[in-house]
Amino acid sequence: MAQRMKPVDAVIVGFGWTGAIMAQQLCDAGLSVVALERGAAQDTSTGFATTFDQDELRYMWRHKLFQNVAHSTLTIRNNPGQTALPMRHLGAFLLGTGVGGSGVHWNGQIWRALPSDFRTRSHNIERYGAASVEGLTVQDWPVSYADLEPHYNTFDLLCGTSGKAGNLGGATQPGGNPFEGPRSAEFPNPPLTYTYGPALFADAAARTGHHPFPHPAGNLSRPYTNPLGIQMGQCTYCGFCEKFGCGNYSKASPQASIIPYVLTKPNFVLRSESEVLRVERTPDGKRATGVTYVDSSGAEFFQPADIVVLAAYQLHNVHLMLLSGIGPPYDPATGKGLVGKNYCYQTMANIEVFFDDKLINPFIGAGSHASVIDDYNGDNFDHSRLGFIGGAYIAALVTGGRPIEMTRTPPGVPAWGLDWKRAAAKYYRRSFNLSVHGSSYAQRGNGLDLDPTYRDQFGRPMLRMTFDFSPNDVKMSNYCADRAIEIAHAMGVSAVKPKRLKTPFDIVPYQTTHTIGGTMMGATPADSVCNRYSQSWDVSNLFVTGAGLFPQNFGYNPTATVAALAYLSAEAIKTRYLKAPGALVTA
Amino acid sequence: MTLSRRWLWAALLAGTLLVAVVVVTWLDAMAAVRDTPGDPPPALVALLLRPIADGPNAEVIRRGRALTVAGDCVGCHTRADGLPFAGGLGIKTPFGVIFSPNLTGDRATGIGAWTADEFARAMAHGIGRGGEHLYPAFPYTYFRTVTRGDDDAILAYLKTLPPVRYTPPANRLVFPVSLRPAIALWNAAFLPSAAVRPNRSPEWNRGAYLVDGLGHCGVCHTPKTVALSDKAGEYLRGGKLDHWLAPDLTGNPRTGLGRWSATDIVEYLRTARNARANAAGPMAEVVTYSTALMSDADLASIAAYLKTLPASPEAVAVAPDAGAMRRGAAIYVDACASCHLADGRGQPRLFPPLPGNAGLQQASSTTLLHVILAGARTGPTPARPTATTMPSFAWKLTDGEVADVSTYVRNAWGNRAAPVGGDDARAMRRALRLTDAILPRPR
Amino acid sequence: MTHADDPARGMIGRRQLFALGAAGALGAAARHDGMVGGTSERIAGTLPWADGQADAPDDAIRAGTAFLTTAERAFVTAAADRLIPPDPTGPSASQADVPDFIDRQLAGGFGHGEHYYLAGPWAKGLPSQGYQSRLTPAAYYRAAIAAVADHVGREHGGKAFADLAPTDQDAVLKALEAGKVDLGQVDAKQFFAMFLQNVKEGYFSDPLYGGNRDMAAWKMIGFPGAHYDYSEWVTRHGEPVPLAPVGLTGRPGWRKA
Repeated sequence: MAQRMKPVDAVIVGFGWTGAIMAQQLCDAGLSVVALERGAAQDTSTGFATTFDQDELRYMWRHKLFQNVAHSTLTIRNNPGQTALPMRHLGAFLLGTGVGGSGVHWNGQIWRALPSDFRTRSHNIERYGAASVEGLTVQDWPVSYADLEPHYNTFDLLCGTSGKAGNLGGATQPGGNPFEGPRSAEFPNPPLTYTYGPALFADAAARTGHHPFPHPAGNLSRPYTNPLGIQMGQCTYCGFCEKFGCGNYSKASPQASIIPYVLTKPNFVLRSESEVLRVERTPDGKRATGVTYVDSSGAEFFQPADIVVLAAYQLHNVHLMLLSGIGPPYDPATGKGLVGKNYCYQTMANIEVFFDDKLINPFIGAGSHASVIDDYNGDNFDHSRLGFIGGAYIAALVTGGRPIEMTRTPPGVPAWGLDWKRAAAKYYRRSFNLSVHGSSYAQRGNGLDLDPTYRDQFGRPMLRMTFDFSPNDVKMSNYCADRAIEIAHAMGVSAVKPKRLKTPFDIVPYQTTHTIGGTMMGATPADSVCNRYSQSWDVSNLFVTGAGLFPQNFGYNPTATVAALAYLSAEAIKTRYLKAPGALVTA
Repeated sequence: MTLSRRWLWAALLAGTLLVAVVVVTWLDAMAAVRDTPGDPPPALVALLLRPIADGPNAEVIRRGRALTVAGDCVGCHTRADGLPFAGGLGIKTPFGVIFSPNLTGDRATGIGAWTADEFARAMAHGIGRGGEHLYPAFPYTYFRTVTRGDDDAILAYLKTLPPVRYTPPANRLVFPVSLRPAIALWNAAFLPSAAVRPNRSPEWNRGAYLVDGLGHCGVCHTPKTVALSDKAGEYLRGGKLDHWLAPDLTGNPRTGLGRWSATDIVEYLRTARNARANAAGPMAEVVTYSTALMSDADLASIAAYLKTLPASPEAVAVAPDAGAMRRGAAIYVDACASCHLADGRGQPRLFPPLPGNAGLQQASSTTLLHVILAGARTGPTPARPTATTMPSFAWKLTDGEVADVSTYVRNAWGNRAAPVGGDDARAMRRALRLTDAILPRPR
Repeated sequence: MTHADDPARGMIGRRQLFALGAAGALGAAARHDGMVGGTSERIAGTLPWADGQADAPDDAIRAGTAFLTTAERAFVTAAADRLIPPDPTGPSASQADVPDFIDRQLAGGFGHGEHYYLAGPWAKGLPSQGYQSRLTPAAYYRAAIAAVADHVGREHGGKAFADLAPTDQDAVLKALEAGKVDLGQVDAKQFFAMFLQNVKEGYFSDPLYGGNRDMAAWKMIGFPGAHYDYSEWVTRHGEPVPLAPVGLTGRPGWRKA
């Protein structure tokens, strides 16, 4: 029998970026808030301190900051004809765990989507005809870039994003991304400084008619105090950023950017190692009454709340929705249902470049330290005769030189033996990588649902992922990879080693942790799980944050959009929902 | 002793009814007591900041609250897992452990039944309600300068605190100190006379009143004799306690506040950090629960007063060993530059700059060793909520390495202070019960 | 609690589950998702902190622990030295103590499958579904090495892998890499990939884990190690960075000569 806790105004499930943002927003509005985080507490000086943070084996390969699949995993298959099997070891994506979530080990890549990305379906049909979206289940978002812009800006201020605006209020700015949507303000901090690799790429890209600009970075170019009074430090380019926590407070993260403020609120409490099992509802199913959770002793609790916010990772939010029986579950075989629909990924290719005559020193790096071109992203280029829609940014992203992962060898060199060793010794310092970071558009056969066979440690059905890249995305990725190779040659490389998108989707090699969709937002309950305020169509006091809200994935890293959607949702709760609890959009 | 949750709740409820000060934030903060005993720091700060409702006595209570904050009463009168002001914190002295009493308005176990005269007598003379001598861990030697009007205001405020029925453990003291009358002898020997007020500005006098009275800064910052009385002629020149060194507050430019402006001092006391230093250890708590919540005028007064203290004498320089400096520099660049940067300039208000840093150059390396070995957390304050934390190096650096890097930072960039030996590092490691650095070291 | 791999089991305490590991593996006690464990905490004010608290590496404390038998160790040493052979460029795998590293890893959390889901039911699966064995990595190594020994014995008149000529050793390794050897319950290709990964881990990881002796592999490629502040080098394009490599527990320059 679950112990009943003191009722609160809002319970937040998961305490990463969006959990912390929602907590801050709702506490500032005077609500009593409890956040439940299934992982342990962790903080900068104790969990990923400068004294032991730079440990590639422990963090990257032994998954120190990642979800432990021994305790929590999901099953995976490429299509509905296969039998899904458990992901027994992390690989393709590296979910976070614990206080701060994946926001602890992310790179700090802070991108806004293009205005046209929010109208994927209608924009492409208008420009390229209905055939362009055939075979895809892409949808328009119920929010526009303009709706999100103020909230993107709030997140930039929270993080102290370092970058250069390319479009201020519609006026193109030299040095920034000319393709981006209009910004209401310049970045809070100037861009990071290029090391040799990004400088070579920026130069070659400009010479070949492209528009290079510094990657918008949550790695801070100078000390910064954000609007909540929280201080962050200046990045020292230590090169242990992506897949690592930041030891010197210079990477925006929940710990570095917002948690210290939230925890000072007297109307806020965080409970760690408290895993939510399901959302509880009234007998008619129309209202959430709270959540049931288990603590580390195995004791079960019921936390009553007027508002429930699912702020766990996208996959876990979808899992909780399915386990709680909220919304019609999606069946990838028939295409019926909504919860779990339009699961998408990010379509990645990598172009390794080698120089006989240049020392790149890739160990000098940061998670978002890059020069980038956006010329081939979204609809920034003419797709008329290309046979695909969507695109990718191409980034000379030098995040560091962790030697187990990043000892690159030119094409033709075997993976081991004396030739490998000599090439590794020569090229470790003389190589880096161009990241081709592309969109992932939904198709019917992909989706998330409950596994019929495998159960998790609580006896619940595991989440089942059915995913493969669509033919559209394969074409897109190869086209953009070819452009990256052209620019690579313009850099004067001695060798190029393309690592193109591989099909079928393979869970073994790391690709990216940008899993999205499954609780998508939309204009009507017929086509989506949540409305434009991240509010469940079925349960009006249930709000769902995260990339699950995306109807499909654009060519950018999702975090800033995830944060902006959370701010938009919080604003609606504060200004409208609290005055008149109920559906914020009439179905 | 363990209190039943139900009882605590009842006590809190009764308390709220009694004082009829029902404030949402306070209720929320305290309601948490139901599921887990223990009141964490923010609720404590929230309690100290909670609005005081208008009423006939409101001005006195508000003034009493400000004085209670200035005296950091909550610092000693709240135990780690206890309710605010309910006492029970064990204060370690060379003579044993003294447990702080309950200051809440409970009549049986707190100060609910105390009269204003009784309270004023305790503040001025260290005499308890029953006529017993209080131990000078309660700094009545400082509080005796507090005016009767201020004493009354403090009591008025304390009586608004929700009563908590809690009796702290009995003191554990060695004989003959365990006999309270022995304190009379101590009083006779050491109780200073009330401070003389020279013809200074009202601001200076207010600063002196706070520093020497309620602020009881000298408890930590003035060196003590073996009998724990203030050492004559060493007023606020830095004192050791609990494996920390409360630094020199005089005008000494190397070890004291000589290079600090009054604005620096105010910023430090308000935010727990300034361009020169971060408050860590016991001072971090003093800032979080006391000075950060004081008025601008009072902080300015304290700064104005401290800035007039004559400099302590310069220590005799001892040249450090060249080998220690060379090794220390190597350790510094690998282990410290991540935050304090290669040239030591740090990132002010986040990671303190080391050149010219007074804390580093104290005669004693106590605080430096403490911070390197155990780590240290900057006090979170409303203005600057980040509790920037230096990580612990105990697992990482050997005693010799700790000593060498300490010697280095005390003598690099124009700094000058006595070298540190491995024995000092070892003693601190033992005293703090920290792990040894036993991991294999690369050749 | 013997039902850890039974999907239909009732609710049991999470702590017990963590202690058991998903397949009853040992060594996962008191750690939650790879982090400092402990009980559920009620957190307000600031994140918890205490004097001396550091989630410092502890695997290296298991120095001296061993999993491999003498024969297994001989295989690991010989095979690792074909993957990273000796030459003047830098140390071989065994010169860098990679076999020590692998032995300790197999004896520790990695070997126990601390971060592997190993409960059933089990199926062979497709390559895109990754590791599908019921074995912990340590057991997987044991089974693989035994099967390789059988294979080598059959093909080379009873010889052990370590006793083969280097060209023959390479041929065996290439056959494993291509998945052309049947190792029974072990997938040859998957084992080879795991072994190659572990060899590179031992060669390039921080020396406190027992490999990368004298940081020689870092010196070979020019990686400065756990150096935190490169600010002054950011704009010095193309210049050599002559910093002495440093591990998490220092470098010779920290100590008396």
